[in-house]
Amino acid sequence: MSDKNKKKFTDNPVVKAVGTQRLIALLALCVLFIFFCVASPSFRQYSTFVSIMDASYYIGFMAIGVTFAIITGGIDLSIGTVLVCSSLISGTLATKYDLPVGVCLIVGILIGAMFGLCNGLMVSKMGLPPFIATLGTMMISKGLGSIFTRAQSVTWPQSSESGGWFRNIFKVTLQTDNGLLMIPTGFILLILFAVLMSVILNKTKTGRYILALGSNKEATRLSGVNIAKYETLAYVFSGTFAGIAGVAYAATYSTLLPGNGGGMELDAIAGVVIGGTSMSGGYGTIAGTLIGVFIMSVLKIGLPFVGLQNQYQQFITGFVLIIAVFADVYNRRKKSKN
Amino acid sequence: MGETILRMERIDKSFTGVHALKGVDFDLQKGEVHALMGENGAGKSTLMKILTGIYSKDSGTITYEGREVEFKNPKEAQDAGIAIVHQELNMMNHLTVAQNIFIGREAMNGKIINDKKMNEDAKALFERLNIEIDPAETMGDLTVGKQQMCEIAKAISREVKLIVFDEPTAALTDAEIEELFKIIRDLREKGLGIIYISHRMDEIKVITDRVTVMRDGEYVGTLITKDCTKEDIINMMVGRVIYEEPKQKSMVAADAPVVLSVRHLNAGKMVKDVSFDLHRGEILGFAGLMGAGRTETARAIFGADPVESGEIYMNGKKVEIKCPQDAVAAGIGYLSEDRKRYGIILDKTITENSTMATMEEYQKGLFIDEKKERHVTEQYVTKLKTKTPTVETAVGNLSGGNQQKVVIAKWLVRDCDVLIFDEPTRGIDVGAKSEIYHLMNELAGQGKSIIMISSELPEVLRMSDRIVVMCEGRITGEIPIEEASQENIMTAATLRD
Repeated sequence: MSDKNKKKFTDNPVVKAVGTQRLIALLALCVLFIFFCVASPSFRQYSTFVSIMDASYYIGFMAIGVTFAIITGGIDLSIGTVLVCSSLISGTLATKYDLPVGVCLIVGILIGAMFGLCNGLMVSKMGLPPFIATLGTMMISKGLGSIFTRAQSVTWPQSSESGGWFRNIFKVTLQTDNGLLMIPTGFILLILFAVLMSVILNKTKTGRYILALGSNKEATRLSGVNIAKYETLAYVFSGTFAGIAGVAYAATYSTLLPGNGGGMELDAIAGVVIGGTSMSGGYGTIAGTLIGVFIMSVLKIGLPFVGLQNQYQQFITGFVLIIAVFADVYNRRKKSKN
Repeated sequence: MGETILRMERIDKSFTGVHALKGVDFDLQKGEVHALMGENGAGKSTLMKILTGIYSKDSGTITYEGREVEFKNPKEAQDAGIAIVHQELNMMNHLTVAQNIFIGREAMNGKIINDKKMNEDAKALFERLNIEIDPAETMGDLTVGKQQMCEIAKAISREVKLIVFDEPTAALTDAEIEELFKIIRDLREKGLGIIYISHRMDEIKVITDRVTVMRDGEYVGTLITKDCTKEDIINMMVGRVIYEEPKQKSMVAADAPVVLSVRHLNAGKMVKDVSFDLHRGEILGFAGLMGAGRTETARAIFGADPVESGEIYMNGKKVEIKCPQDAVAAGIGYLSEDRKRYGIILDKTITENSTMATMEEYQKGLFIDEKKERHVTEQYVTKLKTKTPTVETAVGNLSGGNQQKVVIAKWLVRDCDVLIFDEPTRGIDVGAKSEIYHLMNELAGQGKSIIMISSELPEVLRMSDRIVVMCEGRITGEIPIEEASQENIMTAATLRD
């Protein structure tokens, strides 16, 4: 009887609204951030903050997109290599064929969208398992990027060069009295896209149907919903955002190597899962995804400050992933037992 | 009757916000079949889940074989000799029958699984139960009825002293039910304690010795089955008299136009040359045994399964139905027999489920008009008397009858002309059943046309204006309600070429 009166953690209205797993993720993000601030004085700098943002863009865009594929109960393994492929092709067009950079960027995003469309059609119309279909396009996009560039690396123009203007979308550098001031405008862009996709997910018919078919595909079909269309659309989102992530990557890191990009998708997927989206489909949030992504960026940028090199990022992210998801599973199991 | 094997006293259980069991008593003797009855949400399943270790009780005592027990998990209950045959089948469809039955305790040859021995053991088990199933067959290839038999065989293949049957006959044909009853009587002879949960009054009278009735989480009373009538039990369950007689004559006007006309429909093995007309305001009953092709016919009309040949006319105009979208656009709604799999999305809210088929009408520009959506849902919740705290409650938290009302609401919001109700009251308690009957009559009165597929003959006789009988994929009889009887329906239902 006594534990009935005891106010449970999960009964708190704030916890209920945010969701246990997202709250844990958010807390983890704060704890990590504070930890690095305390442990390393040099971490407490504006430039570190900018680096964290830089590291978040491309994974963040990928993660926003792939959240949709995961919500349908599927997966998109191709986003990492599609990112590199689209950026390689559009970069080649810009540097070797002298096409206007604006056009090239749009072409890059369209390449992402095309890969997404192919994935979507293979899954919804041809009935291929998402894992297999996107594993296939992962290999195809990796190969295509190398073929198109003849296995040579591509370097996008620097911001000072002509055609480098697009970097300012993500980072504006201002000359001030105290030297250069960098404004991570990409963060605003990332948040804008996150809000847009969150609205699509929660406030539109498209989002409603994607969530519904992730929960129960057959019941959704038998309600007269064109499930093939909406399932395809989820993969188109995923691919398009991989294309956008390609632009972000080019803007932040300049040089792209053919054959790279494998593994990036897993970072994005890890971010989505840490953020509370269910791998079995039917539930997920964009806000959670962003939190997950920032956890990884903070680790990536912060660990070198305390003397741990990059390999520790993977090592620790793995633990964060397992703990975050386990906390949610444990909580749900306890709830159903009650 | 023998000695008491189980005594549950003052069992209390609360979930967040719901007092599910309020001091419930129950006892069971050896060699007894004891029915546990009550409307959905009365607490039967909760009580059984506490007995079998799935839930833990808040207070009260359970005495099993003279000892006080508290099973912490299903395994402990199993080890103590308590088995449960679930309403929903828990089978691994890709494994063989024998592999399913002996899962978790395979016969071994050293480190290698001995499939041959398991097949032999399963065969012996089936022989004892008088069931004809090949143990080497793949589980997924069996009919639902046969799978149910395997579930029972699995339960009694262990050393059991107490078996709970949770609505075991929901998916069985009459012949299979007879077989099941033979098995149950046999188990009773052997001195097992049997708890039997069912909504089917006729079965309770035939197979059980005592009936315990629950209502709203409370113990109402226990009756000796042979000394009481059906009405006694129903009255205890709902606290009111609701028994209704069969329909005497068709309520459809003689000149009612044909709304839906199906001609020479063929789809797979189960739909062969099916032709029939459905009139405005008519409730057309589809009777037949399990596997007669009624559900398949409905799914073909609705575009859920591919059609090979045949024509469908709506209001005299030919329509092409290739997928459920086409059917919905033509004004047909389908309420599946398997509500949880095909009818609703359990973890979505009542609002989301209700407007699922009508989203276009609840949009304001690009966005969903949530206010309008909630408003219409609230209207239907009131109209259909759906019991729920709010319209934002997930449908999975509702009882079976209320879930069914949400499915009905979905098609009413869509304003379909033709509604196909496939087993509309399966797994629904008596009170909600009667409400759904009233609703169907009301809809027919408003000019909607209804196809009602039902395996319960009393339901068919009570609701239909006309009855179509199917057998092995063909229509084998069409009977006006005035001439219909259980006998002539059954004759048509067993008419083979």
